[in-house]
Amino acid sequence: MKNIKAVFMKQILDTIKNKTVFIQFLMFPIIAVIMENAVKIEDMPEHFFAKLFAVMFIGMSPLSCMSAIISEEKEKNTLRALMMSSVKPWQYLVSVGAYIFIMCMVGMSVFAVLCEHKGKALTIFIFCTAFGIILSELAGAAIGIFSKNQMAATSLTLPIMMIFSFSPMLSMFNETIKKIAGITYLQQISNILNGIVMSEISAKSVVIIAANFAVGLVLFTAAYKKKGLE
Amino acid sequence: MEAAAISASNIVKSFGSKRVLDGISFTVRRGQIFGLLGPSGAGKTTLIKILTGQLDRNAGTAEINGLDADKLTGEDNKKFGIMMDNFGIYERLNCYENLKIFAEIYGVKKDGILNALKKVGLENAKKTSAAKLSKGMRSRLRLARVFMIDPDILFLDEPTSGLDPATADEIHKIMLAEKGKGKTIFLTTHTMSEAEKLCNDIVMINEGKIVEHGSPQEICRRYNHQRMLKIHLSDGSDIQFPHNENASDKVAELIKNGRAETIHTTEPNLETVFMELTGKELAV
Repeated sequence: MKNIKAVFMKQILDTIKNKTVFIQFLMFPIIAVIMENAVKIEDMPEHFFAKLFAVMFIGMSPLSCMSAIISEEKEKNTLRALMMSSVKPWQYLVSVGAYIFIMCMVGMSVFAVLCEHKGKALTIFIFCTAFGIILSELAGAAIGIFSKNQMAATSLTLPIMMIFSFSPMLSMFNETIKKIAGITYLQQISNILNGIVMSEISAKSVVIIAANFAVGLVLFTAAYKKKGLE
Repeated sequence: MEAAAISASNIVKSFGSKRVLDGISFTVRRGQIFGLLGPSGAGKTTLIKILTGQLDRNAGTAEINGLDADKLTGEDNKKFGIMMDNFGIYERLNCYENLKIFAEIYGVKKDGILNALKKVGLENAKKTSAAKLSKGMRSRLRLARVFMIDPDILFLDEPTSGLDPATADEIHKIMLAEKGKGKTIFLTTHTMSEAEKLCNDIVMINEGKIVEHGSPQEICRRYNHQRMLKIHLSDGSDIQFPHNENASDKVAELIKNGRAETIHTTEPNLETVFMELTGKELAV
């Protein structure tokens, strides 16, 4: 527990001074607040921007933060110093993951307020977004572990993040994209968030999200076995 | 009998087909500074990694405090401190914050952090961002990280590499003070003057093999044949010859003829010994 607390504390101290990571937690909630209040179009679905940016936030922030933090620590050899101080790889991953999860959930609370969710709808919103954040973190951790340095991590993170995060938006305009995007967890989370007033989650969404989680876990395990955390 | 602080027996390590350590054996007694000397790429860092359980070996045994290096637990790790030249520093954090992270892991209180900063002369830089530290200050911060936990055994991998002589001298003083407190220091270096000044015992390695072992004085004595007499002559030229039983006649003749202006002896040192053994310079 002491080691987890130490890495968590390190993350708090470091992120406050790391604008690149810190902005990831603020950008989407701020944009969503601005868009929700500034753009009013007739016949636009209720809380359109809040739901759209919530999905983008889930797809981008945890993934890019996780991969950036791990790859930077690998590149600068601070991770090795931690490992040699009796911090175990799982303790490090849990600490960084918990930190990003909390920061993202704080961001998600802004979206929950914007969407005016209450009761069961709020529970579903919290549950879905939390699971989405964990899945994105898993993908980010796999990229961070697999990459040798920050440059390599960015070159992998960027296309993956763009494809996953933008596909729910693009699928609104194109049926083919909609079909393909349907197999991703973000599209399913988008579907759930858009139908949340009915307080229902389809079995199909659950299966696809679970399958995505399994794939994420396999990729993470493969990256960890191949490269390790150092 | 008390277990040796560190012991290595017939350690072999290969990376692919390349053998980087070949039959390395030595013992480090408690309370001494042990030097591992060798040029860059000789296998020094690999050996530290094996001794501290960071890297598996292909054969042989490695023990710290009588414990197998492969079976060290997190708690065992807290009994020795490691300063590797390539250990990173959190650039965005200040010196105090950098140490605070590790203090939390090792259960060191605020006073311990401040004392460590004072010990390495960084007490006035505790709020300075690590990104703004000079190379020497960064080395000191890495050392503070090790001293803060007050371990019995310290592994210091090239602690003065690339530092100016004044900073290196300050670090030497800190190391000698730690030795004075009964700490065991395992030092890797390719600076022979550093080894001569600090170490009780040294091992010289080259291409993964031990080429010489003993105290710096013993080793130099073994290579006494390297002792030379260097005479500066009145015509401005210098002559040099082995300092042996035949030397006195030559010197007497030069003095008698009034040709000798100054006479110096050159003693063997670790650099010249290593050169004789391997044909290489240490500081490569």
